Amino acid sequence: MAATAPVFQHAPTEVYWTALDCGFPQVAEVFEACLLDAQARLSSKGVDAYIDAARTLGKLGRGVEPVLAFLESWPAAAEAAGEGALPALMELVRAIQKSPNGKALAPLMQTLAPVASRLKSVELTARYIAIARDLMERTTGSIHGFQQTQPSPGLPEFFTQAPLLLAQMTLTGLAHWVDYGVRNTRHHPERQQEFFSLNSADSRAVLQRERHGTLFLSVERQLDLYLRALWGDSEHLIPYSTAFDELRQPVPYYDHLGLRVPDAQEDARGVSGIDRYRVILAHMVGHRRWTKPLIADNYSPFQRMAIEFFEDCRVETLLMREYPGLRRLFLALHPHPVAGACDPEKASCLRHRLAMISRALLDSAHGYTDPHLMEFVARFHAVLAHGTASTREIADIALAYVTRTRRQSDQLANVYFDDTVVDYRDDNRQMWQFIEEGDEEEAFDQERKAEFKDEPDRLPPRHYPEWDYQSQSYRPDWVSVYETLHASGDASDIDGLLLKHAALAKQLKRLFDLLKPQDKVRLRYQEEGSELDLDIALRSLIDFKSGVTPDPRINMSHRTNGRDIAVLLLLDLSASLNDTVAGGVPGSQQSILQLSQEAVSLLAWAVDTLGDPLAIAGFHSNTRHDVRYQHIKGYSEKWGDPVKARLAALDAGYSTRMGAALRHAGHYLETQKADKKLMLILTDGEPADVDTADERTLIEDARQAVKELDTRNIYTHCINLDPRADEYVSQIFGHRYTVIDNIARLPERLPQLFVALTK
Amino acid sequence: MINSEQYLVHKEPYYQPQGNEVTLFEAAYGARLPVMVKGPTGCGKSRFVEFMAWKLRRPLITVACNEDMTASDLVGRYLLDAGGTRWLDGPLTTAARIGAICYLDEIVEARQDTTVVIHPLTDHRRTLPLDKKGELVAAHPDFQLVISYNPGYQSLLKDLKQSTKQRFTGFDFDYPEADLEADILGRETGIARDIAVQLTKIGAAGRRLKGHGLDEGISTRLLVYAATLIQHGVGARDACRMALVRPITDDPDIRQTLDHAIDATFA
Repeated sequence: MAATAPVFQHAPTEVYWTALDCGFPQVAEVFEACLLDAQARLSSKGVDAYIDAARTLGKLGRGVEPVLAFLESWPAAAEAAGEGALPALMELVRAIQKSPNGKALAPLMQTLAPVASRLKSVELTARYIAIARDLMERTTGSIHGFQQTQPSPGLPEFFTQAPLLLAQMTLTGLAHWVDYGVRNTRHHPERQQEFFSLNSADSRAVLQRERHGTLFLSVERQLDLYLRALWGDSEHLIPYSTAFDELRQPVPYYDHLGLRVPDAQEDARGVSGIDRYRVILAHMVGHRRWTKPLIADNYSPFQRMAIEFFEDCRVETLLMREYPGLRRLFLALHPHPVAGACDPEKASCLRHRLAMISRALLDSAHGYTDPHLMEFVARFHAVLAHGTASTREIADIALAYVTRTRRQSDQLANVYFDDTVVDYRDDNRQMWQFIEEGDEEEAFDQERKAEFKDEPDRLPPRHYPEWDYQSQSYRPDWVSVYETLHASGDASDIDGLLLKHAALAKQLKRLFDLLKPQDKVRLRYQEEGSELDLDIALRSLIDFKSGVTPDPRINMSHRTNGRDIAVLLLLDLSASLNDTVAGGVPGSQQSILQLSQEAVSLLAWAVDTLGDPLAIAGFHSNTRHDVRYQHIKGYSEKWGDPVKARLAALDAGYSTRMGAALRHAGHYLETQKADKKLMLILTDGEPADVDTADERTLIEDARQAVKELDTRNIYTHCINLDPRADEYVSQIFGHRYTVIDNIARLPERLPQLFVALTK
Repeated sequence: MINSEQYLVHKEPYYQPQGNEVTLFEAAYGARLPVMVKGPTGCGKSRFVEFMAWKLRRPLITVACNEDMTASDLVGRYLLDAGGTRWLDGPLTTAARIGAICYLDEIVEARQDTTVVIHPLTDHRRTLPLDKKGELVAAHPDFQLVISYNPGYQSLLKDLKQSTKQRFTGFDFDYPEADLEADILGRETGIARDIAVQLTKIGAAGRRLKGHGLDEGISTRLLVYAATLIQHGVGARDACRMALVRPITDDPDIRQTLDHAIDATFA
């Protein structure tokens, strides 16, 4: 096969080369190096298996990439994860080979080493392979259902991103992420590709949710409380992303907008994620309290670095004075550089020296013996012995230290970085004032453009999660809800409707009058009460005088019996409302919408006379990106012409994404101060939307939304006009629903229902 | 005849003045003006009133107000007796008769229809009509009314009517300064000064969270409890958790923050 046999430096290589039986010249170039690497890392059996696997890969007819990548990455991967992972891997390779996914082989092999270094065991590697296989099987397209012909769009991207993903997530998190991507992008190859290459917002959002470590979002309140309680500071906290920038990890900092902290912190060096956050904040608070800015232009970059190290130590010393318990955390997180670890002949040791003295300044048990270091530690403590010293004084010590310990090699490009990065410290940008790049003149030159954007036609959306019953988790920020004031029509239409139902209105008025709160209720037969109940007292006295045991309950008292219910009526305004009703008033063609209008008007009028706070809103949706929530009546609005006008203009269209509307309505009702909160939902069909194929998804989501409302003490009740509704409506609302079969009687039934619910 | 001896405060209660409140109170008592003592819970309001009663050598009748309290609980009621019904004076009536200081603790807890019965006693009339009995009690010349209330509840329902408020002279109490508070802890429990200072620091951390999840800050009373526990040999951290954190909140975020403050303070 090989036209000219390559020449190897070591004789045994020839044997393996023959066994490999590979004709690619690119492989021949690196083979010997790879083999040596493998022999150093693998058992002799492992080397045989390695060559065997490589031979298989070479014969797949997928070009040189897979075999080359495998030869290069497997020894390191096997050392990290164990040689036993190879059979599972080859199994996956065969499966890929049988499917149209050949293109994914190269990325799989290329990322093998970093992936294995994260997983570190045969079992976990096998799970990783299983996840990949699951992804492949579920996304490889088929035509007519029996033959797989379309390659999976996401698989190569998945392998490419795998090291990054595993750096952020556990395998379980990865499995969730993959599952989410597969289920939501199965029918969109481009979107699937975007998802698995981490280019879509959804995929990043789900990744953020599944990350390991302590997420900023879940401890934000605690950190706010921490700042306030311990430091009396109420600055804004703003997270920055650490997930997508491996090479240049951003560092905490603060500016006029707030304190910037990482969006996730893993436990490290025996310190929990939340404590690492606290240390970051404490350090920044220290700077904000005690650091005064210096003019940067007066110092060289090395001098600046030294001043920063010393100043950091000063604020930390002061912080520990305030709360001695912080010492444990600072010392655990501060690196402890080994004296003499950096060779001044070969590398720039300035950082190393500064990190050492920084450790020594905080830690009296530092164990260093360098006389300069000892001298400056003593000077530092002497300055701080009385009071807080100042940035100026500390800068002088720092400058003296760099001058005293200066070496020629500090200028070398090869900087020694090991154990010199103190990751909880901020970048000290507030410590320096730059004169040269003059901010003064810029302020004049800068043209201040007034930013007049096009008048936005609506408020920015509010995002709500949606429940995904298949994975039993929320899809973060899935639905955008836009809220507007409902358009207005002619208020007299509603007055006309009320007039039409004058008889019913009278009847309702009587009913609602009975409900009106009666403030004082008399409680009789009390042993202890506010007043003597004379009738009973006399009776007891007579009993007593005639020798019978008297009833001691001779007092009475009063109880106030108020009515404290806030109500929100949520109207489904989807297109089906335009259907006409059979069995209505003979001869007239009333739509469900008109009937709802009548019913809602009557109810609103009646509740207004009762005095309960009532809000009315309508909703419909056009995919998850556009759920519209329209206010018809607010709590503080009176039942007057503006409200009637909006009600008169009621219009139906689009679909019913109920969960988002329930959540949005819930957040309004929640802020009402009332003992009981009631949300009435008037709908004519099941939740559905054009972008959701699986009809159960939205039903389950609505059910989840109802559960959420329950936990917030909001009582929900659904009035459904769909005669076939029982099945799904009970799934969503449990027993709290009413199906109105005879829609024509809605105007009469709705207020009655309200009375029954609130009596 | 009522034995007014029983209401006297015999032993001097420990009270650490924060300002000139003692002289001011004496002046108010001299003119028999009703006094209102405001301040958060556990800052020393009741102790102050007790101290003043001792100092002025007047009997002190304390009523802890609550929602279910009615006007008859203050004024008195008829009870059934062998010979028919018998009138029993309530604490307010008793105080007005014997010339005691009547201290209505946490007055806002009582319903508004109850609080109005004190009105005739608190202006120039200084009388208490017992309408059920048909008697008009003229207050003893030494009688004084003191109420306390905690404005921290900030509930619309739990506030005094203007007509009630404007019958009183007022004192504003707050938790003492850190230094003074440490003195108080030392005096009350005999705890070492440095631990007392650390306790007040935790107290200050908790007080900064008021309105951010805590309805009330950590009171001086709780700090005294913590110091007492430490004096009885409980470890400082455990004592603080038990006395300062667990009672005041069920919010896990706040608990963890305060626990961290305790750890950070007791290194």
